[in-house]
Amino acid sequence: MIAYIIRRLGAMLIVLFGSTFLVYNLAANMGDPLEGLRTSSEPNAKQQIINLTRELQLDVPSPIRYFLWLQKALTGDLGMSRTGQPVFTQLADAIPTSIRLVAIATLVSILLGLSLGIVTALRQYSRLDYSVTFYAFLAFSLPIFWFAVLLKQYLAIGFNNFLSNPVVTPPWLIGLGLVSALFWAGIIGGNRLRVAIVFVGAFVVTAGTIWAMSASQWFLYPGLGPILILLFGLGIAVGITQLSTGVSNRRTLYSALSVGVFGLVAYYPLQWVFEQEGHLLNILLSVGAFVAFAIGAAYAFNKVDRGPAARTAIITAVLIFIIILIDRYMQTWDEYMAKDAINFRPVPTVGQYNDLLETGNFWITSLNILMHLFLPTVALAITGFAGYTRFSRGTMLEVMNQDYIRTARAKGLTERTVIMRHAFRNTMIPLTTIMVGDIVGVVGGAIITESIFGWVGMGSLFRGSLALFDLNMIMGIALVTSMLAMIANLIADLLYSALDPRIRIGK
Amino acid sequence: MFGKKKNVDASSVATEGENAIANKETAGLSQGQIVRRRFFRHRAAMIALVSLLSIVGFVFSASGLHLGDEKNPITIPGWWHHSITDLPELQLCADGTMGCPTLDVLPPFIDGTGVQIGEHPFGQDDIGRDYFALVMRGAQQSIMVMLIIGAIGGLLGTMIGAISGFFRGWTDAILMRVTDFIITIPVIIVGSVIGFRFGNLGVVVLALMLGFFAWTGLSRLVRGEFLTLRTREFVDAARVAGASNARIVFKHILPNAVGVIIVSVTLMMSGAILLESALSYLGFGVVAPDVSLGLLISQYQDSFPTRPWLFWWPGLFIIAIGLCVNFIGDGLRDAFDPRQRRRISKKDREQARVSKREAKAGA
Repeated sequence: MIAYIIRRLGAMLIVLFGSTFLVYNLAANMGDPLEGLRTSSEPNAKQQIINLTRELQLDVPSPIRYFLWLQKALTGDLGMSRTGQPVFTQLADAIPTSIRLVAIATLVSILLGLSLGIVTALRQYSRLDYSVTFYAFLAFSLPIFWFAVLLKQYLAIGFNNFLSNPVVTPPWLIGLGLVSALFWAGIIGGNRLRVAIVFVGAFVVTAGTIWAMSASQWFLYPGLGPILILLFGLGIAVGITQLSTGVSNRRTLYSALSVGVFGLVAYYPLQWVFEQEGHLLNILLSVGAFVAFAIGAAYAFNKVDRGPAARTAIITAVLIFIIILIDRYMQTWDEYMAKDAINFRPVPTVGQYNDLLETGNFWITSLNILMHLFLPTVALAITGFAGYTRFSRGTMLEVMNQDYIRTARAKGLTERTVIMRHAFRNTMIPLTTIMVGDIVGVVGGAIITESIFGWVGMGSLFRGSLALFDLNMIMGIALVTSMLAMIANLIADLLYSALDPRIRIGK
Repeated sequence: MFGKKKNVDASSVATEGENAIANKETAGLSQGQIVRRRFFRHRAAMIALVSLLSIVGFVFSASGLHLGDEKNPITIPGWWHHSITDLPELQLCADGTMGCPTLDVLPPFIDGTGVQIGEHPFGQDDIGRDYFALVMRGAQQSIMVMLIIGAIGGLLGTMIGAISGFFRGWTDAILMRVTDFIITIPVIIVGSVIGFRFGNLGVVVLALMLGFFAWTGLSRLVRGEFLTLRTREFVDAARVAGASNARIVFKHILPNAVGVIIVSVTLMMSGAILLESALSYLGFGVVAPDVSLGLLISQYQDSFPTRPWLFWWPGLFIIAIGLCVNFIGDGLRDAFDPRQRRRISKKDREQARVSKREAKAGA
């Protein structure tokens, strides 16, 4: 194993050398940085040409110049960019921004894509399957920069306008209800009557909820409160238990339900905790407390088979904590909306941060960041999750045809156990490799997304450096992205062999 | 033995019936015929193929062909009467905007005006250029990029993958390292650098250069396919019979790998359209005064609230072309996949059951 990793790292260095050499020579020959000066009529143009030639070492041919760059890069010095700052510090500033831009979107698209892919695989050739397939191809051919403009106009500006008079009109109510009804009726299997009941039920619940939200001015003054949090918590507990062990496993169900009740009990103390200094640390500690309670509950209720119960309870606990956190943000919403810099138009279309908002309040500051993440995340996730849907659907279909699935069914296991424990886990294995690779590919994709939404990260650095013939900067970005790609590849291979005992590495 | 046959339950009758349907369909057909037949039966793929061909025909015939450089251009005029360099006067519209589209597909009883194409069906841009001509030209560029990248990438990828998979050893090691060099750099970075250098030389040069970097994924797939195929019995048999390397590659291995190649080239082509438009959008692809769909979107994205037609048309053409290519790729994948079975309808299943019962009764 260690020998394998060392060999892979060695190969990585060779590939890194090759790819940086390639990029350096491409970038060095992509244009003439002196072109502007050559045609310039300034009196000292000649002197400037000489200075620039010396500064950028233009008199050295690019294949040799690469080794000069490499010599410095090996000592950790990535050189100065042409704006006068060190490349390294500029990259260090830009990388977190780019990661922030794509992290949540990637997470959302993985979760959505995975679940939708598995559902469509289980309902192969259903109407839902066909619509998701069509949607996936649409997303594959959708230019994100085009789609983003639509989102800015209809989602952001449209929603802001809607907030000035937040009444959902009947056509919208019926439309949204129908979408939800079609979706749930597509997922649920069974005879016609059951599908019809689900269809009508989903329509009534969705339209009714939205109508109630609209009538109670919820969109202007959102909030959950302890009662809804308890209801959500219990619902999550039942749902997660049903997915993981089945609600017939009473002990696991009780441990998950007790976590739901714990969410309500902890609600008021948490409100106090949220106001204390050191917000991030407090939040992390509170999550820790939730998880600890979940483990405790699972161990108290279960004598045997504690692992699955603990897993169920922990997932429930984390989800409930997220809901409490959302509730806290909703409490800030009023204040946030009324700020002069927001002026009741909360969804921004460009930028990564609104400087006009005060920075003293943790909740306002983080809400500011989150709201600026909203539109890019929606754009990236909607175009991004199609790929995961297709891939997980294909893998799931393949897995469902395997002999061990037939064996599992023949043993008399419930369909839930067959799907969640035997099929789902094996579907996840090839997906890990894709996920790791994609997380890196997304950094490259951030170049486009950043320029659409006016963020200042790796993408804007790269664009700027191309226009300036800023070789050091281009090399810095290429180095970071290629290194990320290769490390991710290695991790993917190691994960693959760790998850799937059939795969042996190093052979 | 006979007792066993009697106990066959309903579900396995159904499976046997399905097998019978599948086998009857493919009996006596060559592999190529089976694939072709499966593809032609794939309804979505056929619709996509017909739409793509009509889009290509429409676009190319509308704007004609403009090749060669400025000094000695080779031009075949299209049927549309405006070119992208014409500067007709900006028309004032009824609602006060300038250069709105004259295309009207709604019959008079809905909006009061008749169905018409008009002088500028897609409207006019800021300086009055005919937007229909611009969009046609842009779509033409996109299609050309798609075809050139597909051709170059497909050819190079197949060649490099085939060579390294067939000869293995040092050749393989070196070729695959070179592939790694390119594959580790994000495609948008390589594309931007290339586009920055070659974008102003026209779309053909740009596509050629992008094609030289687009083959990596395909070459890995082809290599894997060759590595498994070369150990198969039919290859050994051919070698024993005295076939040369070239004959083995072209007559025995390549026909078996062609499914993988075709499918992945299709996907490469749909990616190529998005890559070109993204590069042009970023300003590293086709540059003005030439036109591309991505460039049009980036130029007019701010006019979306006031003059939405400047924004809708180029995007819709990118989507339409990409969607068609993707569906064709899906149909091809299904056609080439030997495990893929057509969905068997209730009617087929019933028919199989009946014919099975009749056969039994006859026996």
